[in-house]
Amino acid sequence: MLIVHCPVCGAEGDETDFHYGGEAHIRRPATQDPTTVSDAAQRDYLFMRRNPKGLHFERWRCDRGCGKWFHAVRDTVTMDFKATYGITELPPRELMEAASGEWAAFFKDKLDAAKPSRKGKSS
Amino acid sequence: MSGKPYRLAQGGRLIDRSKKVSFTFDGQSMTGFAGDTVASAVLANGQRVFGRSFKYHRPRGVVGLGSEEMNALVGIGEGPRHEPNLRAPQVELHDGLIAQSQNRWPSLNFDIGALNSKLSRFIPGGFYYKTFMWPQAFWKHVYEPMIRRAAGLGKAPAGSDPDTYEHMHAHCDVLVIGAGIAGLAAAEAAQAAGARVIICDETPRFGGVADLSAGTIDGAPQLDWVHTRAKLLAEAGNVHVMTRTTAVGHWHHNHLMLFERVSDHDPEGLARGTPRHRLWKVRAKHVILATGALERPIAFANNDRPGIMLATAARGLVERHGVAPGMKGVVFTNNDDAYLTALSLKRAGVAVAGIIDVRQGTDSAAARDARNAGIEIIPGHAIAGVESGYGGLSLSGVKIAPWRKGQGRVVNESRLACDFIAMSGGFNPVVNLWCHNGGKLTFDSGLQSYRPGKHHDRIQAVGAANGTMDLAAALAEGYAAGEAAVKDGEPKAGRSKAESAPQRPLEPIWFSPATGKYNEGNKHFIDFQNDVTAADLELAQREGYESVEHTKRYTTFGMATDQGKTSNLNGLGVLAEATGKTIPEIGITTFRPPYTPFSFGSIAGSLTKNLFLPVRRTPIFRWHKAQNAVFEPVGQWRRAYTYPRAGEDKHQSINREILAVRNKVGLLDASTLGKIEIKGPDAAEFLDRVYTNMFSTLKVGRCRYGLMMNELGFLIDDGVTVRLGDDHFLMHTTSGGADRIAAWLEEWLQTEWTQYKVFVTPVTEQWAQFAIAGPKAREVLSKLGPDFDISAEGFAHMAMKQGKLGSHPVRIYRISFSGELSYEVATPANLGRGLWDAILSAGAEFGIEAYGTEALHVLRAEKGYIVIGDETDGTVTPGDVGLDGLVSKKKADFIGKRSLEQSFLRSAGRKQLVGLLTEDPKDVLPDGAYAVRAVKDKPPMEMIGQVTSTYYSPTLDHSIAMALIENGRSRMGETLSFPLDDKVVKAKITDPVFYDKEGSRQNV
Ligand SMILES: [Zn+2]
Repeated sequence: MLIVHCPVCGAEGDETDFHYGGEAHIRRPATQDPTTVSDAAQRDYLFMRRNPKGLHFERWRCDRGCGKWFHAVRDTVTMDFKATYGITELPPRELMEAASGEWAAFFKDKLDAAKPSRKGKSS
Repeated sequence: MSGKPYRLAQGGRLIDRSKKVSFTFDGQSMTGFAGDTVASAVLANGQRVFGRSFKYHRPRGVVGLGSEEMNALVGIGEGPRHEPNLRAPQVELHDGLIAQSQNRWPSLNFDIGALNSKLSRFIPGGFYYKTFMWPQAFWKHVYEPMIRRAAGLGKAPAGSDPDTYEHMHAHCDVLVIGAGIAGLAAAEAAQAAGARVIICDETPRFGGVADLSAGTIDGAPQLDWVHTRAKLLAEAGNVHVMTRTTAVGHWHHNHLMLFERVSDHDPEGLARGTPRHRLWKVRAKHVILATGALERPIAFANNDRPGIMLATAARGLVERHGVAPGMKGVVFTNNDDAYLTALSLKRAGVAVAGIIDVRQGTDSAAARDARNAGIEIIPGHAIAGVESGYGGLSLSGVKIAPWRKGQGRVVNESRLACDFIAMSGGFNPVVNLWCHNGGKLTFDSGLQSYRPGKHHDRIQAVGAANGTMDLAAALAEGYAAGEAAVKDGEPKAGRSKAESAPQRPLEPIWFSPATGKYNEGNKHFIDFQNDVTAADLELAQREGYESVEHTKRYTTFGMATDQGKTSNLNGLGVLAEATGKTIPEIGITTFRPPYTPFSFGSIAGSLTKNLFLPVRRTPIFRWHKAQNAVFEPVGQWRRAYTYPRAGEDKHQSINREILAVRNKVGLLDASTLGKIEIKGPDAAEFLDRVYTNMFSTLKVGRCRYGLMMNELGFLIDDGVTVRLGDDHFLMHTTSGGADRIAAWLEEWLQTEWTQYKVFVTPVTEQWAQFAIAGPKAREVLSKLGPDFDISAEGFAHMAMKQGKLGSHPVRIYRISFSGELSYEVATPANLGRGLWDAILSAGAEFGIEAYGTEALHVLRAEKGYIVIGDETDGTVTPGDVGLDGLVSKKKADFIGKRSLEQSFLRSAGRKQLVGLLTEDPKDVLPDGAYAVRAVKDKPPMEMIGQVTSTYYSPTLDHSIAMALIENGRSRMGETLSFPLDDKVVKAKITDPVFYDKEGSRQNV
């Protein structure tokens, strides 16, 4: 059982005190532009998920604490949490750089655009 | 086979010969001594057979020293206190203990299932897959009843468990698992550095096998050192010492479960109310695994006969309990350690016919000691078979033959008379816990076994568990690990030093050939508990099961309750030889928790009966109880299902309550209804996003029924939402959905529409809420003295008012789930009971009756109203239930909208909600009954839909049902067939609204 740390209220607890919310940084296409969502885009949004060996970026909710959602970076091999960061934020720059595979592709343009000062909080 | 005096005249360091203990084994009275185990005491009484094997029903006796025991499983205790499948060498004897052998029928010495042994050519590896699949009727009428009676491991206890169990949570800096030499050293070092330490051992005492091993510490016997360390740890303020405690599993971030047998050995404590077992959930910063090593059996022909045991087990019986395994034994080994067993036996006065060592030569310290003790050593030989009589119940000798690796046939056999065998095929580090959480293993060619490799958690193995068999090295490793686990732990001077004689390397022997063929009565057992032989593994190979994981599942090797403790490596060795591969090339199967089985009671802890789940009660709960209401669980709530009066059964009371609502007036406690306040400048826009229909156009003081979908386009909730103000709404959800929907709304606000300024506040418990429904509802309301207009025009359907009913402050909504004129009245929860009583007295003259949830459901079904979870199952769209009209065409976006346009949700042939009227009006269809396209004599029949709600309607005096039927709305008037177990019910498809289609009753 994992130990999870909430970056919002500071609570630390067993994973049963938290709620796992699946993959992070999924964009809901209809929020951006409801008129032009292709079948393929909707399918990807609903069903296509990454399953990396190594760094994974995911959502958690502080169920028994402050009730807030947050992001976490977890190594799926070692189960180590590398960082937690705000639900509207991008991961710390060094972790975006450390991502591999599909995540690396996902973060590429964000790294190009992001200024180093916009780093999330690392824990 | 009984009656022989196996208790030695002296010796046995754990037993107290002055304390006799009486117990029974299979109903037979026996005596032992305090300090005995069930294994030692039963053996001392001359009883060698402890049970029958799972598949072949071969007689089996004690093999192991402790938790590795795979044969001698016993049931302990009677009735509700019976516990099956305990390992006899681990069960401590106490006065009055009742032990039962298992898996034998009708008796231990005569067993009908042993016939399986004769039929064994028909029960090869994979026989479950091969035989039991065909013919089908054989399974049901022959195999299954036979197996259920004749096999099965143990029986379940009868009745409810009278004992108590506890859960404990603990945190520590260092958890040391295993209190042998290495574990004690690690704990000592960690505690000296100031760490909070927990040290546990599955046995009742510390020391591991220090009493059975060679070598000294600080020049004295190992046990002396063990005693001083045990005392030191027990007295240290920063150490929690736990005996009789097995670490059963290791999970992520060093989360471990420890199973403590608190009072199994202490019936008096149990009677005083001491918990029987405790389950500890421990979070450790560091884990030190000092779990030791387990001895391997050797696969020779009929190596499962009672009297054949591991060399350490034989040594333990003699040294610890003063029990001889037999009158005359042979030691069969491939290593030096087993020589100690020969010496123990000899010292205790038990005849040793010889040490049969597969290795050539006798140039070792161990051999020298044996020779000096006058024990014959037969090097370069192996056991080719055993001589037994009485259906395998007795052992009279062994056949031995020269051993050369890879040799197919045995020549030059000779015979040794003996009645027991102590065998040792080497030792396997106990790596189970290492592997539970993904630890890697590495093959050690010296041990011919696996030892711990890499691990991503902070866990370290020491001593024999790490493959470090040398005493001095194990001790040093323990100290070092204890120091390393504590950040600033500095090596301390004056550490103890150990000495032991060097050992000759072992020589692997995975299979010792016999004279006959494999299956002609010559079984070489690998997995004793699941009756898997070397031949079974080789057969699986020949049949193409190349992966060891497939072989495991096909043959069931390593899958019994012992989790392959003694069988795993031997099986891999056989597979390696059968394929010409090395053992690392074969791979290894996964060790899974638990290390040893632990009790259901400990898993439940104190969370039983009333403490199993908290019960939520409405403010009216006591009134319901006083009316003798029948309750039903709705989520965690207990709701009144119906209120039977004297002489009424449930059906009669439900029908009475329904007719009261239809003809007079009824009162329902609807307080459990989910209530969520939604407030903020963006509240209306937010509701437009989460509901399928429009809420921004709702006027203040009005109510609207809304549908909620998930992003897949499937219905997840419904209910009436009220606009209390421009920026303020009250949402009603289903009773079971209140928490889920509140969390759902929060998620969207926090993660998607983060710009919305909206608060979501669950207020379900803040309000008591009642429905006053029926033609007389307005008259009851009037009687209560409203300070607001309640006329039909002044308070229209789907309107809302706030004010007072007499002295009661209320919010009141004119909404209806019954189709009758109906008001839902809400008042602060603490005032609920007063209002409830006031309504009942005001309604008395109109014949008001309380109605329960079943009447509520029948009333709504008569009106064709859906219930989320009845008419929907997570794959149902608004269109499927005929509510397309509530899906907005105007709104650009709401949750689920885009998915409704996906082709598979718009395709023809989807199931649609319809009503059903059975041909026989008294025939009520069962819930979930399937409609078929065509009735056939027997299944399979093509199913075209299913019943979602079904009731007897007293209003219509007719059975009614709702169903989801393929293309249902275009089949109005068709008659469908519903095949049941004993008949076929026919029903006509109708509109799902059975009563008052025009809605004239509620619009008055
Ligand atoms: Zn929090």
